Amino acid sequence: MTLNLTVSPDFAPDHISGWFIFNTWLQRKLGSGIHLELYDCFDKQREDIKAGNFDLVYANPFDASMLVRELGFKAIVRPIAKPDETIIATHAESDVNSVEDLQPGSSLYATDDPDVNRIGMIMLEPADLDQSNTETTTVDSYVIVAKNVLNKSADAGFFLKDAYEELSELIRKQMKVLVSSEISVVHHTLLVGPKLQQFAPQIQQHLLDMTADEKGRGVLESMNLEGWEVMSEEETEFMIDLIDTLID
Amino acid sequence: MSEHGSNDVRDVVIKYYDGTSRTVTIVDHEVPYPEGKLIVSRTDTKGIITHANQAFVDMSGYSQDELIGQNHYILRHPDMPTVAFTGLWETIEAGNKWHGYVKNLRKDGAYYWVKATVIPNIRNGKVVGYTSVRRKPSRSKISESEALYKTLMEA
Repeated sequence: MTLNLTVSPDFAPDHISGWFIFNTWLQRKLGSGIHLELYDCFDKQREDIKAGNFDLVYANPFDASMLVRELGFKAIVRPIAKPDETIIATHAESDVNSVEDLQPGSSLYATDDPDVNRIGMIMLEPADLDQSNTETTTVDSYVIVAKNVLNKSADAGFFLKDAYEELSELIRKQMKVLVSSEISVVHHTLLVGPKLQQFAPQIQQHLLDMTADEKGRGVLESMNLEGWEVMSEEETEFMIDLIDTLID
Repeated sequence: MSEHGSNDVRDVVIKYYDGTSRTVTIVDHEVPYPEGKLIVSRTDTKGIITHANQAFVDMSGYSQDELIGQNHYILRHPDMPTVAFTGLWETIEAGNKWHGYVKNLRKDGAYYWVKATVIPNIRNGKVVGYTSVRRKPSRSKISESEALYKTLMEA
C-alpha cells in the first residue's frame, strides 16, 4: 500500500528537503511506501485533498478545520512550541507607526496563506480597514511580500511570523513591525485521513518517539521542528471552534 | 440598578438574570486592549467559565482560579444594556454565531472594550458549551456602540 502525504504550502523554502527526509524516515518506520506531493498554491492543494487524494496532511489551522469537520480527518500531533502567529510590517522609514495610522485605500501585500491573511485582516480592524477599503496583492512568497514593502509598493505586508524571522537581517532591518499576533493556540497539525485511522496510534507513536533517537532528531532539525506533541480530539475541536470565531 | 458616588468612581448594584446581585465599584478608566492578542474563554451551557487564556486573566484582573467556576456575567459592565445579552443568549442557544461590541468590567472597576464573537461548541450534534473570542475594536465602533447602548439603557 502506498500512502499519500502533502504539506501545507506555507513552510519556508529552506525546509523543502526536510520534508523529503521526513518522508523517507516515515516510510522506513511504517514499512510502507509514501508519496510526498508538495504544492505552491493553497487552492490547488485543497482541491486535491477534497478529491480524496491524500491520507496524511500537515495542515495549516484553517485547512485543519475543513479536513476534520468536512472530510473526517483526525489530527494526531502538532509541532512543539510552534504556534502560527502573524506579523504586519511596513517600511522602516514609513510615517505609519501603528496599525491605526494605516488609511483606507492602503496597499497590502500578502501570500495566499489563509490563516495569516485572516489574522492579518483581524489585526487591521482597529483601523476600520477591511477587504472593501484596502487593496490586497497576492504574491507567491514572503520574500516577495518583503520586496514590495522595501520598494514601498506596499503600505504594509502580512507575514507568517516564522517566515518573517527567517528573512535576512538586511531585509528585516529595513522594515518595522506594526503588530505581531500573540494567539498561542492556533498551530499546524498533522492529520490522518479516514482510510488510515486504524493506523493513527502507530503513526502518532513513531512521531512522538522522534526525539528519542539521533536519526529522528536529525530529521526534525531538517524540518526546523523541535518535535511533536499529542493533539487530542478536544484540543482539535477547540482550535477549530476558535478559528470559526475568526471567520465572519 | 442603583448608583451613587462621583463621576469617576461610583458604587453600583448589578442584578443578574438568575436573581443574584452584587455591588461593584465602577472606575471611569479605560484599559487599552493589548495589541495582537485574542482574549479566549469557554463556558458550559449555563455560562460558567471552564477555560480562560492568559490574555483574559491579564485584562480581567482576576486570577485564573478566580475565573474558573464563575459565571461569565462577572465581566458585565453596568453600562451594558440587558437587551444586548438577551440577544447574545438567544442567538447562541439557537446554535448560531454572535458578534458584538462589549464594554467589560475588570475586577478593579475599570473597563475595556472588545469586539466579541461567541459560538456554540457542538460535539456529536449537541451543544456542550460556548467559546468566546474577543479582539481589539476600532475607536469608531466603540463610539457607535456607546451611543447605541446609552439609548438602549434609557429605553
